[in-house]
Amino acid sequence: MPSTLFDKVWDSHVVRKIEDGPDVLFIDRHFIHEVTSPVAFRGLESRGLKVMFPEKTFATADHNTPTINQHLPVKDALSANQLKALEVNSAKYGISHWGLGNPKNGIVHIIGPENGITLPGMTIVCGDSHTSTHGAFGCIAFGIGTSEVEMVLSSQCIMQPKPKKMRINVNGKLGKAITPKDVVLYIIAKLTAAGATGYFVEYAGEVFEKMSMEGRMTVCNMSIEMGARGGMIAPDETTFTYIKGKEKAPKGEAWDKALAYWKTLKTDADATFDIEHHYDAADIEPMITYGTNPGMGLGITKHIPTAEQAGGGKSSYEKSLNYMGFHEDDSMLGKKVDYVFLGSCTNGRIEDFRAFASIVKGRKKAENITAWIVPGSHVVEQQIKDEGILDILTEAGFELRQPGCSACLAMNDDKIPAGKYAVSTSNRNFEGRQGPGARTMLASPFMAAAAAVTGVVTDPRELL
Amino acid sequence: MAYDKFTVLKSTAVPLSIENVDTDQIIPARFLKATERKGFGDNLFRDWRYNNDNSPKKDFVLNNPVYHGKILVGGRNFGSGSSREHAAWAVYDYGFRCVVSSFFADIFKNNCINVGILPVQVSEEFLVKIFKAIEADPNTELEVNLPEQMITILATGDKESFAINGYKKNNLTNGYDDIDYLQAMGEEIQSFAKKSLY
Ligand code: SF4
Repeated sequence: MPSTLFDKVWDSHVVRKIEDGPDVLFIDRHFIHEVTSPVAFRGLESRGLKVMFPEKTFATADHNTPTINQHLPVKDALSANQLKALEVNSAKYGISHWGLGNPKNGIVHIIGPENGITLPGMTIVCGDSHTSTHGAFGCIAFGIGTSEVEMVLSSQCIMQPKPKKMRINVNGKLGKAITPKDVVLYIIAKLTAAGATGYFVEYAGEVFEKMSMEGRMTVCNMSIEMGARGGMIAPDETTFTYIKGKEKAPKGEAWDKALAYWKTLKTDADATFDIEHHYDAADIEPMITYGTNPGMGLGITKHIPTAEQAGGGKSSYEKSLNYMGFHEDDSMLGKKVDYVFLGSCTNGRIEDFRAFASIVKGRKKAENITAWIVPGSHVVEQQIKDEGILDILTEAGFELRQPGCSACLAMNDDKIPAGKYAVSTSNRNFEGRQGPGARTMLASPFMAAAAAVTGVVTDPRELL
Repeated sequence: MAYDKFTVLKSTAVPLSIENVDTDQIIPARFLKATERKGFGDNLFRDWRYNNDNSPKKDFVLNNPVYHGKILVGGRNFGSGSSREHAAWAVYDYGFRCVVSSFFADIFKNNCINVGILPVQVSEEFLVKIFKAIEADPNTELEVNLPEQMITILATGDKESFAINGYKKNNLTNGYDDIDYLQAMGEEIQSFAKKSLY
């Protein structure tokens, strides 16, 4: 029977099917971090359980770490306590741990791929909803809760009903300055923030075929923002070239064997999906969000829609515009910006810094802007230095911070103050996500750079 | 055994008729620093519930003494966003045992069941009926009957059945969880792992 990429990976990982219940799914890779793992370890302890396969779990500190002075002790006692717990738990159970200060440290969804831990056809979970990032490699990757972290630690399995299947096709040619972030914000705006709930998405079509691995990760990362469990893209030559030579990638004979398998990981020509969507690349503009969920996005030349045009509930729509201090029919162009955040597992990879630098080069940071420029990992940080991007940033008046999740969830000190506007390359514009009262506009690294040098929301195409 | 058994719950309900309530609202990130599952209920809906000076916001439903009970009724697309189980812990710790909405985000729904909260998905029409009934009389009781998979507005007699798979239902009614189940599969998992490519 013809099957989809998703079916192939899912079905090959089912240990047991429970009648009128979920499938027991075997997990190849499990990432943990300091925030969602401590209670899981406590659970293990109280039940007297062991970690079944410690070599399949990888720990990093990222959510709650400072992005300056990482060599100093962490000041906040609760944060320090969480970091310590991760270190102690990892050591106790024999789990690899790249803590603060480790040259491999970085955001969990950035370090997996860049070290070859993430490989095509794997099942990957982590107690963070943007685990969907790893789907860029043809993996079934999704976020889980802490009880499930405990499940995976103790049994390397998770119990999930098989989701329905959706394919999103984007064909045609993208216009100037249209990035993967714009593509995914466009799709979410079309589908709404709950439009893919219950589904697992496959992205297909020319646009994704031509996209770099960094770009594919940005797209898959945001799958959860349309409600999907995850999103995936079939591995191809771009994928294999990216993986080859990475530290933990297979080598020699093992590589050949793996490659032969990876090449089978695609949707058969006559396989069917529960639902398909088709979009034309030419319709996609640089995108920005105006509301408090990622589905509330629009092309930069468009005006904020009315509640009726936007769909969804009127009460939450009004609440949202109120919170943002925006009005129906406003143009986003020229809106005041106070903060710019470049970073997160959505846009914290080298390509994003290249894009940002291409606009700020030869220009100066606008005086009214506070900018947080945060690489996704130390590896990215090093690339930024090696490629001369740091010099461009410094000359334009920007400082580079140290890796971590930072203002993406604002658990550390990187909080946007109440009432202030931020153009952010992260993934969520929820109320208070970037700090209590913070007002977030999600956009691409180009848009962030354009705002950073002009001080207002600006169409990046004018600066390229 | 991980939590109390759930069979039939009869209770008044707290109406939160807002759509797209995300887990960052249910529990903001700055309250996720604990290493123990304790006290999260105090910060449930923190920024909707309290002003900056920690005084309660009068117009928020949890601060209105008229509304109380073990059932939280939310608008469409409840629990979207972050995977933080802390959101479900906060709901549970505050005292809710059941959340009713016309649509739930996947991860939140899973997390609820894993901590012993029953998510009940009803039709849009029935949700409106519930909100109306509570508005008419805040002491209106709902009955959530898990064995029969039925939710009833006791004052009006309106009822609707809801879906849950047999496995999860069995877990909730017996207070079992997935870890109990998986522990019994140890050998099967070990032999599966031997065949795995990674
Ligand atoms: S950058 Fe944001 S979304 Fe990504 S792992 Fe960190 S907190 Fe989660």
